[in-house]
Amino acid sequence: MPEPQYDDRGAIAPTGAGGATDLALSEAETLERPPPGSPLGTGPSGKPRSLWSDAWHDLRRDPVFIVSALVILFLVIISIWPSLIASGNPLQCDLAKAQEGSQPGHPFGFNGQGCDVYTRTVYGARTSVTVGVCATLGVALLGSVLGSLAGFFGGGWDATLSRLTDVFFGIPVVLGGLVLLSVVTSDTVWPVIGFMVLLGWPQLSRIARGSVITAKQNDYVQAARALGASHTRLLLRHIAPNAVAPVIVVATIALGTYISLEATLSYLGVGLKPPTVSWGIDISSASPYIRNAPHMLLWPAGALAVTVLAFIMLGDSVRDALDPKLR
Amino acid sequence: MRGAMRAGWTVCAVAVALTAAACGGGGSSGGSGASGVVSASWGDPANPLEPANTNEVQGGKVLDMIFRGLKRYDPKTAEAKDMLAEKIETSDSVDFAVTVKDGWTFSNGEPVTAASFVDAWNYGAALRNNQRNAYFFGYIEGYADVHPDTGEPKATTMSGLKVTGARTFTVRLTQKFSTWPETLGYAAFAPLPRAFFDDHSGWLAKPIGNGPYLVDSYARGSQMSLRAWSGYPGPDKARNGGVDLRVYTDNNSAYTDLTAGNLDLVDDVPAAQLRNVRADLGDRYINTPAGIIQTLAFPYYDTAWNTPGGARLRTGISRAINREQITDTIFQRTRTPAKDWTSPVLGAEGGFDDTLCGDACDYDPAEAKKLIAEGGGLPGGGLKITYNSDTGSHKDWVDAVCNSINNALGDDRACAGNSIGTFADFRSQITQSKMSGPFRAGWQMDYPLIQNFLQPLYYTNASSNDGKWSNQEFDKLVDQANAESDPAKAVDTFQQAERVVRDQMAAIPLWYQNGSAGYSPRISDVALNPFSLPVYNEIKVS
Amino acid sequence: MGRYVIRRLLQMIPVFFGATLLIFLMVNVMGDPIQGLCGQRQCDPATAARLRQEFGLDKPVWQQYLTYMGNVFTGDFGTAFNGQPVTELMASAFPVTIRLTLVAIFFEIVIGITFGVITGLRRGRPVDTSVLLLTLIVISVPTFVTGLLLQLLLGVEWGVIKPAVSPEAPLDELIVPGLVLASVSLAYVTRLTRTSIAENARSDYVRTAKAKGLPCHRVITRHLLRNSLIPVVTFIGTDIGALMGGAIVTERIFNIHGVGYQLYQGIVRQSTQTVVGFVTVLVLVFLVANLLVDLLYAVLDPRIRYA
Repeated sequence: MPEPQYDDRGAIAPTGAGGATDLALSEAETLERPPPGSPLGTGPSGKPRSLWSDAWHDLRRDPVFIVSALVILFLVIISIWPSLIASGNPLQCDLAKAQEGSQPGHPFGFNGQGCDVYTRTVYGARTSVTVGVCATLGVALLGSVLGSLAGFFGGGWDATLSRLTDVFFGIPVVLGGLVLLSVVTSDTVWPVIGFMVLLGWPQLSRIARGSVITAKQNDYVQAARALGASHTRLLLRHIAPNAVAPVIVVATIALGTYISLEATLSYLGVGLKPPTVSWGIDISSASPYIRNAPHMLLWPAGALAVTVLAFIMLGDSVRDALDPKLR
Repeated sequence: MRGAMRAGWTVCAVAVALTAAACGGGGSSGGSGASGVVSASWGDPANPLEPANTNEVQGGKVLDMIFRGLKRYDPKTAEAKDMLAEKIETSDSVDFAVTVKDGWTFSNGEPVTAASFVDAWNYGAALRNNQRNAYFFGYIEGYADVHPDTGEPKATTMSGLKVTGARTFTVRLTQKFSTWPETLGYAAFAPLPRAFFDDHSGWLAKPIGNGPYLVDSYARGSQMSLRAWSGYPGPDKARNGGVDLRVYTDNNSAYTDLTAGNLDLVDDVPAAQLRNVRADLGDRYINTPAGIIQTLAFPYYDTAWNTPGGARLRTGISRAINREQITDTIFQRTRTPAKDWTSPVLGAEGGFDDTLCGDACDYDPAEAKKLIAEGGGLPGGGLKITYNSDTGSHKDWVDAVCNSINNALGDDRACAGNSIGTFADFRSQITQSKMSGPFRAGWQMDYPLIQNFLQPLYYTNASSNDGKWSNQEFDKLVDQANAESDPAKAVDTFQQAERVVRDQMAAIPLWYQNGSAGYSPRISDVALNPFSLPVYNEIKVS
Repeated sequence: MGRYVIRRLLQMIPVFFGATLLIFLMVNVMGDPIQGLCGQRQCDPATAARLRQEFGLDKPVWQQYLTYMGNVFTGDFGTAFNGQPVTELMASAFPVTIRLTLVAIFFEIVIGITFGVITGLRRGRPVDTSVLLLTLIVISVPTFVTGLLLQLLLGVEWGVIKPAVSPEAPLDELIVPGLVLASVSLAYVTRLTRTSIAENARSDYVRTAKAKGLPCHRVITRHLLRNSLIPVVTFIGTDIGALMGGAIVTERIFNIHGVGYQLYQGIVRQSTQTVVGFVTVLVLVFLVANLLVDLLYAVLDPRIRYA
């Protein structure tokens, strides 16, 4: 007797107090892929459109998608060239100006060390976007490879992997971060990213597993198998393209939460280290001063919220576009 | 379908139960306990609450309330005054004869005798009892037998301790130590009742001592209730009904509880609240010098830091730090820029000298830049100041020190903080000599002697010489000073040794730390002693 | 059904050992805890060696693990560095955290599902958009910021609540911390319910029920909600374990002496026995909650049968 189908409710994650620890939404799992060839939508030419072009057709008209995509584009640009909109140096600080408010040339005021908040907020985008994108790529890659192998081959592979994900799920993310990252001395972003990948992959592997199981039962896969297609070919050509949508959706949403997780790790003293400039570092060092100098917290926290928001909304609208039932 | 109904009802039932419970819970809380009782912030002690096993402030608070030793440091002047000691006599600074005052008892009625001390000290020194502070007994003859560095102990009691009467005992030291009696105010030298040895776990659950307070109840990890002991024979009786020590998860939540009127005393005002502490508390805020100095130590085992030009380099770094500005801005004057390697609480007589460091501690960016260049530049082109991020708010000042150095050198990547997640890991890396640059070093005195600020920190292979600094001239001067029987001359010789530390800039002195506390309008006469502990017994409750 | 439960219980065994081994190794990676016990001084080598022996730290890791697990099965979870048995710590911490978790789950169920139903039925309307935006904001602000902000506003500025929870942690003092702890999950529950309701609202059986002329509330509670609750129940079920172990930040801010606080202390002092002990129990809670959720499916959806 195979595992009950509902056991693949992949998208559940430890929701730590970190808040950011939730790596995905169960919603994504409700995604169901229409069998190919079903009368989905047909383009003006009468030629059947693929799900992807169909989704793209929808997305182009979705204001939420356009706005969030523009925000993300903007973030990416200032991550690459922060000097475009900030002329200062984020590491140049004058303690004499500590906690001072907004003044000409320094619209966001100064932080507790007397550094310019505006400059630091602009420069912090690079770190946060790097952490978010790299951690998501790592999680998506590792999780979907392991998950699809488990889903495709089933049996012992599957049982082992499912239990392994249980092991990782059992350990609260914030706890894992405290323990693992407290031994790291490097001041680059890589240990933090590595940690997120290590504790984040089970999430996506469950989703990938679930959607591969669904996809492999489709008639066309059975047909390809009957025609003697190899495992590799089956997985790469037939199953993967049809199972990748939920992974993309969850990954986009998870991206936002990784950025937020970085801040929580900094709050616990195990996140990124200076001279790296990041929103997480600034938010956590400003949070005790919330009473006296709220502006120090407001700007980096606002930037972080907007970024997370943009990624989640992007993920949302992609999901809606990919889900024929919600049309 | 029936299933759904059931599920729905379950949800409702849970909801109702929770609401009912939430309403019911309200009645039981509130009420500040018996009148005249002070509620004070506390942290969970890291070690078992035995006198020779307690080496941090939180456990120290309790010991200070429930124990009195032979000597007690004056809460104001830090002078070591006789408490249980009637007299301590010596002719050669090696053999001491101690007489214990008559009339003292433990709170369970058992008299405090010479044996109470000797047994306690033997217990504290013995290796088999795993006492963290055993080394305090290291000057007593026979310590090596009960606490060998390797192998099994050869004896269970120290040969240097002899009970000679009900209230008299003698102590023989292994070397001349003229000021030894003044170290006896430290908690590790407290007497212990028989109950401690006969029913050890019972004692730990509810400690019994001979101080002005007795332990009424102890809920580990959350609260300890201490009540004034009416039969206390000493002169420093409690002026309040008792003290409830409440464990807080961090000092910020304790402070907010104080401002909300739920707590009477916080003895550690978080740095982030210092800007508004006057507005919150008015004059119910105290800021008193304490015997604590913060320094930056260097890893002398790393060849990059142990160079001939090293002293210049370190002096240059010292001069690149704007101590005035950092203590003003980050610490809101709860720290004072350091002028030597001791503490103002020692007083000029005790060896404090605010001119000793001189220029080497003055901020001068141009000079700093020159000295660092002459000293061969920063090893590897940059500094990493290592600290632990779990206790205290070290990040703020480390970042500020780094910014000050960066600004002085005109290089925004010259210096950066390097945080280590836990204190235990930080200490463990230091002990294993894994530091590659300067690291945070704080020293809180055990007893108010200049010796305590120099010998444990800079003497070759001393217990807190974390940087493994070694200087023959310094060692020789310290040996001389210890053997000196005239206290004034001893202090003088120690200061000579301190000048060696300055010339070599063995460690960069940063600032003297004050104790800071805030309290509620309910209580008055709040003071902090030179060890930054509140003087609980003098607090009055209105 | 019985066979299914037994199989699941058997599968828990490797997971349990895996998770405890993993956390055991993780805490060991942190290095030697002994030096932290001696304050700013170095422990003298003899005492350090004795302490290591006392806590079994002088043995190889695999042997420590075996000894530890052996003790766990006899009910001995070891002692923390301050000499307190870990079971005693658990006895004081778990009731507090269970209360906090119940409050959090209560909010998730009541507020989350209510919002979810409203927005799901009013898809695209202003109320839907504003609740959706609200949940997004809650998700995108880190919990510690929300917690500190609420503590400052409600506790210090307006004096509505006690900013720090007293050691007994009565339920009324846990309302705001519970809300903070639940906030992110709550936002997820809302969104999950919304999607699920919106999907099912167009299904044939709901249309049929409406066509039969059933009153609206009956359609919602008996037909719609029941079928839409399945993913929500899953989420909440798996969230229990995470909420209990993940309260590290919330408990620290609001001075709650629960599991999160003990774990944090255990980590900071690198006390393997405390951390592994608590995580072991948390893993068990997580596994049992997972099993219960799976069994609950069969109740909610008669089509699912376990063999």
